[in-house]
Amino acid sequence: MIKIKIISFFFLFSLFGNISLAKEPSKLISEIVNEASIILSSSDPVEAKIIKLNNIAETNVDIDGIGMYTLGKYRKNLKEDQKIKYKKLFKSYFLKSFSSRLVDYSDPKINIVSEKKVNEKYTIVNTILEETSKNPEIKIDWRIYTKNPNRPLIRDLIVEGLSLARTQKEEFRSILQNNDGDINYLFKSLEEFIIK
Amino acid sequence: MKKILTVFIIIVISHFAKFSVHAGSDGTLEIRTTSKEQNTEVKDCFETVNRGIFAFNQGLDKIFFKPIAKGYRYLPKPIRSGSGNALNNLSNVVTIPNNILQGQFKEAAINSLRFTINTTLGIAGIFDVASYYGLKKLDKEDYGQTLGSWGVKEGCYFVLPVLGPTTVRDTLGSLANFGGGDAWYNVTVANNTKYFENSDYYYSRLTAGVDFRAKNLEAFDSLENNSMDLYASVRSLYLQDRKRKILNSDETTETMNDDDWEEIDAQ
Repeated sequence: MIKIKIISFFFLFSLFGNISLAKEPSKLISEIVNEASIILSSSDPVEAKIIKLNNIAETNVDIDGIGMYTLGKYRKNLKEDQKIKYKKLFKSYFLKSFSSRLVDYSDPKINIVSEKKVNEKYTIVNTILEETSKNPEIKIDWRIYTKNPNRPLIRDLIVEGLSLARTQKEEFRSILQNNDGDINYLFKSLEEFIIK
Repeated sequence: MKKILTVFIIIVISHFAKFSVHAGSDGTLEIRTTSKEQNTEVKDCFETVNRGIFAFNQGLDKIFFKPIAKGYRYLPKPIRSGSGNALNNLSNVVTIPNNILQGQFKEAAINSLRFTINTTLGIAGIFDVASYYGLKKLDKEDYGQTLGSWGVKEGCYFVLPVLGPTTVRDTLGSLANFGGGDAWYNVTVANNTKYFENSDYYYSRLTAGVDFRAKNLEAFDSLENNSMDLYASVRSLYLQDRKRKILNSDETTETMNDDDWEEIDAQ
């Protein structure tokens, strides 16, 4: 009897554990936006803001996945050591680009409008970046990878219908195509951007 | 000769007004669509020349359009909003015929009502009274989009001096405005009327360009600062933007059809 109770306890515990860990994509975006808003409106120096923003990105964005996606067909020709080097460079590139884009905003107001589950793997969260004195209202859709519902990850931002991941992919493809598909040239371009 | 020059100037200004996100690439771009068009390869014709023209346009933007747009930002917000509203209202004279050509009769009716209300009660479109009455602003349409919705392919992608990125199809669409397709052009430039001057048209196009540039100052700066190949980024954005407008869709799932994601997921 005690054994059954123990098994039941662990069964219920594990079930509860799963339920409590699962995160709704719109809740994820809401949390990220709130967190970023607090950071951006704080009086912290820019460097400190960048570190905190990068932490958010590292936790919630599928940086490795986006990196591989943006390589397109060239991904298939990479050797293992090149893949490791690329992932490292892309991560630095992504974080620098991400934080420098965001740090210009003092206190962005993003409202969640709706959420659409496309399939088991993807959910789109529709949001609106409120109009400011400088910028018009902007529609931003977040493409969330939900294969692991306990750890949803951002894979793309679609700003006014324009996919940032696709744009990045086409930019990298252009660099590679104009340099005979030499991955080292992309590495060099990434390194130059990172130290810029 | 004067007429050719006039048309050229107008095309330049018109393109600048559209110049949000423009493009160029590496030979070929593959953009997948879901319904009206199959996979399409858009060739970047004369990429080397295009890159040169793109650099020239960038220089021109730095010394001319960007400073003007920055100055425009200093105008009081009601003036900027009023100008933006009036220009949007004016764009209906091109959007409505294109709504009809694309079989969007409901949209054509809404835009016609909006145009009538805003031109009269809204004092030449300065105030968006129609929105107050529940007639929300719809997307603009042009002849390039209409050609696209009829199945005409983009043709070559190329960059025009001052005008910026375009395709053969979009350029043909722009030319339709000067063949009687734009009522505002017809009453200002094409025909002599006692109500409007030629300059009214030029000012309106120039203001539209400046208004657009002013609204996107930070976005352009951000794109420039974060691109390793700005030309390719602009080309990609231009082609994506045109594709989306032709499909009249807010679909955000385009990249989901990309096999690359499937492959990555499987790894």
